[in-house]
Amino acid sequence: MTTRDDIRKALLDALGSVAPEADFDALRPERPLRAQLDIDSFDFLNVILRLHEKLGVDIPEADYSKLATLTGALDYLAARLAPGHIT
Amino acid sequence: MPSLGADMDAGTLVEWQVQPGQRVKRGDVVAVVETQKGAVEVEIWDEGVVDQLVVQPGTKVPVGEVLATLRAEGEAPSAAAPQRVPAQPVVPPAPPVPIAPPAMVAQAARYKVSPVARRRAEELGVDLSRLIPSGPEGVISLADVERAAHVKPPPAAKPAGPDKLAAMRQAIASAMAKSKREIPHYYLGTTIDVSRALDWLERENLKRPVTERVLFAAVLLKAVAVTLKEVPELNGFWLDGAFKPSAAVHLGVGIGLRGGGLIAPAIRDAEQKNLPATMQALSDLVTRARGGALRSSELSDATVTVTNLGEQGVETVYGVIYPPQVALIGFGKVVERPWAENGGLYVRHLIHATLCADHRASVGHRGALFLAALDGLLQEPQKL
Repeated sequence: MTTRDDIRKALLDALGSVAPEADFDALRPERPLRAQLDIDSFDFLNVILRLHEKLGVDIPEADYSKLATLTGALDYLAARLAPGHIT
Repeated sequence: MPSLGADMDAGTLVEWQVQPGQRVKRGDVVAVVETQKGAVEVEIWDEGVVDQLVVQPGTKVPVGEVLATLRAEGEAPSAAAPQRVPAQPVVPPAPPVPIAPPAMVAQAARYKVSPVARRRAEELGVDLSRLIPSGPEGVISLADVERAAHVKPPPAAKPAGPDKLAAMRQAIASAMAKSKREIPHYYLGTTIDVSRALDWLERENLKRPVTERVLFAAVLLKAVAVTLKEVPELNGFWLDGAFKPSAAVHLGVGIGLRGGGLIAPAIRDAEQKNLPATMQALSDLVTRARGGALRSSELSDATVTVTNLGEQGVETVYGVIYPPQVALIGFGKVVERPWAENGGLYVRHLIHATLCADHRASVGHRGALFLAALDGLLQEPQKL
């Protein structure tokens, strides 16, 4: 089973791939990621692709808004990867 | 040394990608050159056999200088000429800690890396952008990666590279000052309802695997490329006191670089690409602009430029034309607004499109036709 720590690691790894200079310790989990990390729609699509690769989760465009903050993204991914979840 | 834009006067040869005696054809990448805009892959426009490599890696030479000579197939090689700098040095012993200091990170981000080293870096979780290659040609090797795996990376660095950014800033300054000094700009703008195009794209993307998803930016680029065929006086160059239209649309795309740089390489032959191919070309261009090397043709032959500042939240862009081009199309942010149509009031997704064009090459009436045709096409996205 994928733990919340695994998800967090995969998410930070994906964000780090598009924003290599980011200081993740200074990231405010409740604030929008895009503004804090200066990522655009192209970077964001790359994050979605990374998550697909690492976690095997296919995130539809309609759900993008749920990944706006670090906390939101962790909650969303945890729910999607929970045992018994039907995709 | 080719000129890769009106603002370039010299470049530094980084490496040769061909050897004397090698056969080359039009479009082959023969060398990598470092410019104010970063590392660029230089293509060749002739056929033949590489005769001599005149300039050695690491040498800075002015635009127009001979880098190498070609001979025709079957012609005898010329006698070896003395080289300007000694041939490559012996490989120096590897540095003990191949980690870039923070100030060099931005520069090191444009690394070259062997495929085997890239694979190993992925396995070991090594960040290639923080490595300094130990080899003479600036290529990160497997050994570099494996050494770095044993060294703890430094704390995250800001994208400093002040010299690099200053050089790029200088290049932008000279091109933009030339533009405002010489080009009589006129500006037109219109609000376009993109609700249908967005709905259509969302349905299309639902049918695609995540790896083939298309961004709305690609839809806008494709629509611009198609519409330019109807108003050809916006696509081409103003050179030597006359407008030279271009048959092909090489669509320059303004790409912001991390740390504040800006570059506008071209999607070549954009009018001939379908939407998935446009997305693929955009993705490839942004990835190489931000991480790898662009090709010389992409930097020098954009016939028109599109800039999309909507991501930064602004609704309208008033652009500055990149000389010798004659037009720039700007898009702002997609906003949800009340919209009256046929006597009814609706909530719609709108985008503000602007055209700034060179009045020497076109008149406002034709510019207005362009924006109207662009609007019309975006109402029928399935035609893209």
